[in-house]
Amino acid sequence: MDWVQGIVEYIPANAALLRELTGNHLVQSILPIVFGVLIAVPLAQIARLNRPAGAAMLTASSLLYTIPSLAMFVFLPLVLGTSILSMVNVVVALTIYAVALLMRSTVDALNSIDDGVRQAAVAMGYTPLRRFLTVDLPLSVPVLIAGVRVISVTNISMVSVGALIGVPSLGRLFTDGLTRNYPEQIAVGILVTLLLALVLDLLLVLLERVLTPWTRATPARTARAAALEARTVAA
Amino acid sequence: MTSPEQSSGPLPMIRFNGITKTYDGGRPAVDDLSMDIDRGRITVFVGPSGCGKTTSLRMINRMVEPTSGTILLDGQDVALQKAAELRRSMGYVMQSSGLMPHRSVIDNIATVPRLNGVPRAEARVRAKELLDVVGLASELGRRYPGQLSGGQQQRVGVARALAADPPVLLMDEPFSAVDPVVRAELQEELLRLQRDLAKTIVFVTHDIDEATILGDKVAVFAVGGRLAQFAAPEEILRAPVDDFVAGFVGRDRGFRHLSFQQGDHVTVHPIETIEVDQLADPTVSVRSAWTLLVDADGRPHGWVPQATRGSITTQADAVPGGSLYTRGDTLRRALDAALSSPSGLGVAVDDDGRAIGIVRAAEVFELIEGARLDRGRADHNTAV
Repeated sequence: MDWVQGIVEYIPANAALLRELTGNHLVQSILPIVFGVLIAVPLAQIARLNRPAGAAMLTASSLLYTIPSLAMFVFLPLVLGTSILSMVNVVVALTIYAVALLMRSTVDALNSIDDGVRQAAVAMGYTPLRRFLTVDLPLSVPVLIAGVRVISVTNISMVSVGALIGVPSLGRLFTDGLTRNYPEQIAVGILVTLLLALVLDLLLVLLERVLTPWTRATPARTARAAALEARTVAA
Repeated sequence: MTSPEQSSGPLPMIRFNGITKTYDGGRPAVDDLSMDIDRGRITVFVGPSGCGKTTSLRMINRMVEPTSGTILLDGQDVALQKAAELRRSMGYVMQSSGLMPHRSVIDNIATVPRLNGVPRAEARVRAKELLDVVGLASELGRRYPGQLSGGQQQRVGVARALAADPPVLLMDEPFSAVDPVVRAELQEELLRLQRDLAKTIVFVTHDIDEATILGDKVAVFAVGGRLAQFAAPEEILRAPVDDFVAGFVGRDRGFRHLSFQQGDHVTVHPIETIEVDQLADPTVSVRSAWTLLVDADGRPHGWVPQATRGSITTQADAVPGGSLYTRGDTLRRALDAALSSPSGLGVAVDDDGRAIGIVRAAEVFELIEGARLDRGRADHNTAV
């Protein structure tokens, strides 16, 4: 059980480095999620309103996702004029992937709304923008967040790739551990990455709960039936 | 601006002027529709599916744009008004209630005032009042629509349509998704509300019964978007203008038409009664072939046939009665009371539900015949 001890000893000994790398890792994975949602939601709505354009946009977004991440990290500094070591490259690259992945699920999310509700909103006299922001968007949150949870996990793992070209993240624990033949460091990297993915996912689940209180409201009839059942059991 | 010159009467609330709607060059969904919808009345659009009744309704608030023709709302062409604002100036109730699942009942009702910029607190106060108006308990206001029954959701839908106090209500098959008992309740409730509010209501249904119950005027649409007949419901049942309308109003139209004949003149005959408490006492005998069983308040609870009097000792043993005829009700109710009764005698009750006697089917028929002769004479006189 030497390696377990090795891991346990590694963490306090390298606390400062771990904190810094975890911070960098989080910035590079969370920012693309936020930007991705902000870009994908209006694009998805445009895709829904204009069928031919929508089909083209969905195909393009699928193609974007096939570009290898390493190629993107190397290529982006040339386009953006950033330093090759800048976190901006990773954030931009992962935002592109996030948009690519979110496009389809956001279209699905917006399509998941009952047409009767949308018709009612039109009939009540909502303007299109107000309807989108206060009816369509809140109602699409459950499906939307399902898509975002996928992005959050892929992002957490993909940020590590940036370490190959020297952008600081938990991925450095892998590259460094490999060159120094230090398996405990690699193991700690995996552990912390896993932990981040879990925590982020949990936060997203909580966010969904906060944003969709109506989905947990029990139908009146079910509540009554439950009360009846409880009484029967008690008797 | 051209002023409509079709009629010389008061300005109709809504006027369809040569409205045609065609989808992608196909057959017209609505074909050259011209009609005036009376202010403060219920106008029902009725017809089979695909007859353009819902399309016609939705052109009033521009959810559907006509291919040609104009619709005037209070004399103003709706096409010249901003769609969203036009819609907020009318209430809209739809089949599935269309409530916002993510908003509480109160906030659903407050939707249109909020869109009009009324502060939230003020809109909610008004919404609470409306819960009461449509007969819902105020504690339901905090619930989400998913926690209400279908009938309650429809009531909230009506409350939401009334929230901004619009002069016009558009109702698109609002009661067709609820069970018949709840539907009858909602229909009665709508008529009660309308007596106080006097809105201009355009009501779409595929149910001719609902149309004749609710409508001050009924527009029967035929497949292909043709307006087949537009008249008072009594006239549509009595004198359908063509085979289509006659077929649509159905085989029972003669019977339904009785709903429009008041039964004030139906003779109520006295009837022998026996009280529930007397049943167990074998010394209390009955003289008539059928004796009406009543409770201490005089409310009917079935029949006691003379032949089986001996075996009837409790209320549960009595033969169940038929429908009741409340004095002054229509001939349809009077006839039904007689026909549905096991004794062939229709039980008549007063407004408190106490038995006052019986009516006979044969006498109801005589009244129907008499009314028919009167009408024939009146028609003859006007023709001369």
